[in-house]
Amino acid sequence: MASPATGLPAPRLAGRDAAAEAVAGIVQRPGRTALTMLGTILGVGAFVAVLGLTATSAGQISRQFTLLEDTTVIVADNGGLTPLGANPPIGFPADASQIADRINGVTAAGVWWPVSLPADTAFTGSLALSATPDQAVTLLAASPGAATAMGLSMIAGSTLSAYENDTGQHVAVIDTGTASELGISPARLSAHPAVFVNGIGYTVVGIYRSARRVVIGESAMLIPANTALADYGNPQPGIGNQDEAQLIIATQVGAARAVARQIAAAELPTDPSRLVVTSPPSPQTLQSQVSGDLAGLFLVLALISLLIGAVGIANTTLVAVLERTGEIGLRRALGARPRHIAVQFLAESVALGTLGGLIGTCIGVGIVVGFAAAKNWTAVLDPTATLPAPLIGAVVGLLAGAYPAMRAARISPLAALRQG
Amino acid sequence: MSAPVIELRGLAHSYPGPPPVPALRPAELVIEAGDYVAVTGPSGSGKSTLLHLLGLLDTPTSGSYLLDGVDTSALGDKDRSALRGRRIGVVFQAFHLLPYRTAAENVLLALLYNQTPRGARLPAAAGALDAVGLGHRLDALPVTLSGGECQRVAIARALVNSPALVLCDEPTGNLDSANAAALMGLLDDLNATGYTIVVITHDPVVAGHARRTIAISDGVLTELTGAGRG
Repeated sequence: MASPATGLPAPRLAGRDAAAEAVAGIVQRPGRTALTMLGTILGVGAFVAVLGLTATSAGQISRQFTLLEDTTVIVADNGGLTPLGANPPIGFPADASQIADRINGVTAAGVWWPVSLPADTAFTGSLALSATPDQAVTLLAASPGAATAMGLSMIAGSTLSAYENDTGQHVAVIDTGTASELGISPARLSAHPAVFVNGIGYTVVGIYRSARRVVIGESAMLIPANTALADYGNPQPGIGNQDEAQLIIATQVGAARAVARQIAAAELPTDPSRLVVTSPPSPQTLQSQVSGDLAGLFLVLALISLLIGAVGIANTTLVAVLERTGEIGLRRALGARPRHIAVQFLAESVALGTLGGLIGTCIGVGIVVGFAAAKNWTAVLDPTATLPAPLIGAVVGLLAGAYPAMRAARISPLAALRQG
Repeated sequence: MSAPVIELRGLAHSYPGPPPVPALRPAELVIEAGDYVAVTGPSGSGKSTLLHLLGLLDTPTSGSYLLDGVDTSALGDKDRSALRGRRIGVVFQAFHLLPYRTAAENVLLALLYNQTPRGARLPAAAGALDAVGLGHRLDALPVTLSGGECQRVAIARALVNSPALVLCDEPTGNLDSANAAALMGLLDDLNATGYTIVVITHDPVVAGHARRTIAISDGVLTELTGAGRG
């Protein structure tokens, strides 16, 4: 290693020494260090926070979604393909609810359909009044099992009972919006208010706020299936007919898939292919939709922030090079080669960037965890995105330090000492 | 028989023009090991140019400079840096201490680039500071040191590698007379222990400590004979 000309070993700066010099440079000016790192901290922090927050909220949505998906099975009648040639008005056997109930995991099941009404149908709260609600009310025929399986959240009274269905009682369950339109107060249900549909009276036995498992329109009135059959006849059969009867099944958590596999053969052993069993889309598709446009925007902001951080480090390092011209000259006089000077300044800016990246990552993780805790959610952080985040800071430091380090290496020891 | 520490053969330097400004006319000079030489001259006479050339901080335009028998004019940056880091210790007028480093850390800097084993550095730095009478201020920051103490730290830094040549550029320029006298006493002691010392100064008192005095004027070196201790 010794030079043939001088008999001396070549000057060198060990990696550990370069690191120590960089750390010393950073630690000795804590104020300036903090300001220099700010851009990198913000950039990396925003990056980690955006990824974490989108993952957390998407995870939360898919969790809620999965709960419903795992408990819902909807069976529709494919219609028109009976071996007999006839298309029955209701594609399910009369005891469809009881058959479904016998399958393991089913908590409630029943047939329901929207009742077709003439265009000028009037819903009134009293025969004497002609007041009609602004919105068209959907009249739904539902077996008691269907009313339960829909997951109605009752705010007054009760849902439709088996007795009312079996005996064809004129009773109804209506939503709160329709109730207030018709002047029916949830508190006065004991006074047996009634709704008249084209002159036929139905006693209101329950008022609900929303249905969890099916979308049945904002204004709806549920009456027992047998009552509907007696008053309005059979539902309209046909492929793609929105008014066709369908079977809705609520299951225990996780049982939906097992139930879906068995239900068609159980209901129609002779022709199971007539029944179309559906369940909502998988959570993955929903998740990817959620982490879409907004996350992209935030990532762009994080990138801009990183760019500003890089410019900040570059600027500060350049100023430091000019400010430390005397130090550079001294180091050259003490035997440092230009590359040693470059390595020192580069190591300093990389250390600055890495430190900024680390702090930024910590802040980002803190934001995600704090947000999730405040919402009582589960924080979701992808380790493949979070763990390398400090490296982003290191790369920023490396790129930002390259030019100033080159400038520092080119400073002649002479000029440096004159200035110092 | 060992070679002289410094041997200049027609060494000359001019600053690029146009027209080129000659700062040092072709000079012949031999400084033996153990010499104590003062270089005096007015401002602009070429003192600093000579210092930079002797310290390998600048390259001559012509002639050759042999340091310890090695012709430096033929060397590349790697060897010149190695010589700077091992064979030459420079003491600057403005001390050039890093403000955020302790006295010991400032001395350590001279051991950073010349492959001194990590474990040997602190003892070496402490020893050098002890030799200049600052063994008790190892952890002091330069702002807490007096001018005289700062200059002694700088001397410790120049000595820590046991260089063949100690170059001092106006070492008392920033010191009061009491500190200056103490410093010159230190340089005398160092010379007595064998160090070869070249002091660049315009102060006749400082020059009086040296055994040889070389005057420089308009880039021309002249040995002043008969200049002795006084």
